[in-house]
Amino acid sequence: MLERQGSIELCPDGPLLLRGDFEILGADGEPIDAHRKTVALCRCGLSSIKPFCDGTHKASGFRTEE
Amino acid sequence: MRLPEARGNASDALFTLLSRSERHARGSGGAIAEAVAGAEDVLTDDDLQVALFVLYELHYRGIDGVEDAWEWHPELLAIRALIEAAFEARLREVVPRPPRPEPTRRAVADALFELTADTGGPSLSRFVARQADESQLREFLIQRSIYQLKEADPHAWAIPRLEGVAKAALVEIEADEYGGGDPARMHAAIFAQTMRGLGLDDSYGAYVDQVPAITLASANMMSLFGLHRRLRGAIVGHLAAFEMTSSIPNKLYGNGFRRNGFGEDVTWYFDEHVEADAVHEQIAARHLAGGLIEAEPELLDDVLFGASACLTIDGIVGERILAAWTTGQSSLRQQVTA
Repeated sequence: MLERQGSIELCPDGPLLLRGDFEILGADGEPIDAHRKTVALCRCGLSSIKPFCDGTHKASGFRTEE
Repeated sequence: MRLPEARGNASDALFTLLSRSERHARGSGGAIAEAVAGAEDVLTDDDLQVALFVLYELHYRGIDGVEDAWEWHPELLAIRALIEAAFEARLREVVPRPPRPEPTRRAVADALFELTADTGGPSLSRFVARQADESQLREFLIQRSIYQLKEADPHAWAIPRLEGVAKAALVEIEADEYGGGDPARMHAAIFAQTMRGLGLDDSYGAYVDQVPAITLASANMMSLFGLHRRLRGAIVGHLAAFEMTSSIPNKLYGNGFRRNGFGEDVTWYFDEHVEADAVHEQIAARHLAGGLIEAEPELLDDVLFGASACLTIDGIVGERILAAWTTGQSSLRQQVTA
């Protein structure tokens, strides 16, 4: 997990964890405030705070293929 | 914080001792030993839990008017050890043992996610979301303030006791808990803002006298796990379970405050936890707990114990608050006039 560059961790049955040097841009091209150094991006599509994860994947039984 | 009120002979003897200079220590061990021997259930024993809470606070922010040197006084350490032995024994008695996974990162994470899965039963967060009135919201914050005003502190004790993947994971979580370098974003500070938004006193320890023994036990359990290197597996398991049962309930808590007309200054704390803890739970399960077990597989039982203890004790805290509210009572020892 070298932090100099950005890294994306695929959490089994869960979100994508972003670390390091990254920028999140909205559909309008404007940067979205990440609020923290490491963020979790929604992968199940059910989060109420997209693009971020809110843990809803656990309640919906979301499964990732590996 | 100021010294709380004594709740029985043991805390009375201890608090009298603490009001003296530590150079003139004179026994209160006898009263404590008697109280420990006579306690029906140390988890709900007001006298012992408030005594233990004060003994631990000497290691955090100290107590007004109590000499700092008491922190490492052998007599106080002996008293603390007496209460801790009974407390830990009782925890090991009441906390269910989850099934043991293989000692791999993936299996440990999967086991923790399974252990912490929402069972869908009655819950404090659902009650807060749908029904709690403003005075109950205030009570909820008072109950939570005992820990939340020092949020993340008990787990920070574990940092120098870990290595490698687990240590990096714990620091990654704790740094975010402490606001990532911005004191205004520190979770304890955001919680204090929420308290002020409901007209509550946000000074550290202001409501210790109001909360029942089991709420103090919940905080004391973290200090017990955090302060003993021997129990580093338990504090790691505790943090993992805490983070893994946070995002969804915090969304519901926030909804309860919104339903009662409170704005973002008050709900920020809960909204922040929805987002932050969805990150933290992944790190805690996979890299903190999983990483620790890969490095020190012999700690597996302690990690599971810490996680299960968090769920069990905080479950009892929540059940008792719900039981009081659903019968039209207060969950506090004394009504707070705000």
